[in-house]
Amino acid sequence: MEVLQLKNVTLTINDNHILHNINIDFWNGYVHAVSGPNGAGKSTLASTIMGLEGYREIQGDIIYQGENINDRSVDERARLGITMAWQDPARYEGLTIKDFLMASAKIKNEDNIRDVLASLSMNPQQYLKRALDKTLSGGERKKIELASILVNEARLVLLDEPDSGIDVESLERIFESIRLLKKRGTTVILITHSLAVLQQADHAFLMCSGEIIDKGEKEKIVKYFENKCIPCPHKNIPDEWEPAVGK
Amino acid sequence: MNGSLLLENKSDLIKELLEASGIHSGMHKDPETAYLVVHHDKVVGLQGLPGLEVEPQEKSDGIHIRFLVKAGTHIKKPVYLCFGMMQREGVQKILMDVTIEKRAKVNIFAHCTFPNSMNIVHRMNAEIHVENDAHYSYFERHIHGDEGGISVYPKAKVVLEEGAHFKTEFELLKGRVGLIDIDYECTCRALSVLEMMARISGRGDDVIKINETGHLLGKSARGVLTTKIAVRDKAKAEVYNTLTAGAPYARGHVDCKEIVQDQAQAKAVPVIEVNDPKAHITHEAALGSVDSKQLQTLMSRGLTEDEGVELIIKGLLR
Repeated sequence: MEVLQLKNVTLTINDNHILHNINIDFWNGYVHAVSGPNGAGKSTLASTIMGLEGYREIQGDIIYQGENINDRSVDERARLGITMAWQDPARYEGLTIKDFLMASAKIKNEDNIRDVLASLSMNPQQYLKRALDKTLSGGERKKIELASILVNEARLVLLDEPDSGIDVESLERIFESIRLLKKRGTTVILITHSLAVLQQADHAFLMCSGEIIDKGEKEKIVKYFENKCIPCPHKNIPDEWEPAVGK
Repeated sequence: MNGSLLLENKSDLIKELLEASGIHSGMHKDPETAYLVVHHDKVVGLQGLPGLEVEPQEKSDGIHIRFLVKAGTHIKKPVYLCFGMMQREGVQKILMDVTIEKRAKVNIFAHCTFPNSMNIVHRMNAEIHVENDAHYSYFERHIHGDEGGISVYPKAKVVLEEGAHFKTEFELLKGRVGLIDIDYECTCRALSVLEMMARISGRGDDVIKINETGHLLGKSARGVLTTKIAVRDKAKAEVYNTLTAGAPYARGHVDCKEIVQDQAQAKAVPVIEVNDPKAHITHEAALGSVDSKQLQTLMSRGLTEDEGVELIIKGLLR
């Protein structure tokens, strides 16, 4: 059963169709991937689902658990059970990691926060008091972002490029967290152009130029992505490009 | 003065003032803690320590305070200065003459407490001399009432001799600012270090004026001027930070951040001047609303916009 549906969603910014007639059903409890090359519109799709500033004026409908949420603000969508991890997470002058995680947590329990940090190979003793600012590396900040998602206990999680800036050793921790979310029954939407991340999904969509051009089992999408998107014939050799949709 | 002075009939007043300041009321019973408590125009509590001379005098133009730490003396525990008024109206004027002699070290916790202010003027004029290799740290917390009927004029002229270290931090986060007009100027000799920070939150029709100046005149002198302000409603903030460098290897930085909400206004004028080719000064200023990405991240975790803004400002002013 679908938890989130996008029906004919089009987003136009400065007369450009950034998203064009998107129709997707995201099934409850599945790990979905939205894949495609840079500039395909994947992050824009995530921002539109989350209802971020600048991504609210859409045509079409976003239906979450049977309710049209087009007019819902970011925080209202969050309180309905949707959250999102940014590709390049924000940093906060003066706030500690503990401040941020406590603010993000559904249950304000420090022990729970410590457990989540430990599950990401981050020593709570070392990290809880640290500032959430530019003294953290990109990879550390990325893991803190994921920790905030885990303690938030949302029902639908958007993870935008969860592997960017992450070292090989930490990547498996990220994948374990994705599996943990699935085990909890959380619906996960991975925004990615990484084949390794795509492999974590049950089901995938392929985007190109603001459109969904294919969908199905991840193996099928991986194959299409490997053969048709690297390099991208759509941009580099337009005559050879054959969109999969309708074939 | 070494020893203590507690006016018996003022003990309740001291307790009330300390509690309003957020200071543990048993502080003045600790024989190893030096303190000075001034209520309005009267000295109501005083305790010195060996190597520390605190001599207040009640005069017609205000309280004159001679504060001296003798050469080589390290005061282990913070020295508490508490200036305040529990009444709603009045004028308090403090004139401080501070000398930290060579190699001495002292940390001051100053609390300026006016919890019921309706029509109060608080003036502080300080002349501060930090001698060679001495350390002087001055943390000043203001606690005002919610009505905003107060005008505060802190002024200081500071001289740092060779190798001296001066750190000052001004905090006004509780209660209304009213009008505050800070004017600090510091001259820095060779190898000295200056750190000035102000953290202020204004609302209503509060007016915040800050004028901080550092002159890095000695070789390898260093200075950092930091200002963090949040203004909302119709509050106004003007910050003039000036840092000059006139000697080789002098290094400095000016940093001003102001978050503006509602109809509030903020202005920052950083002035940096270098008069030696081997000196270096930088500045950065950021004025405006809260960062959209920071706010939307918090909102995507379920915080309302107001809750998110509060948390971001709390972090900035921390």
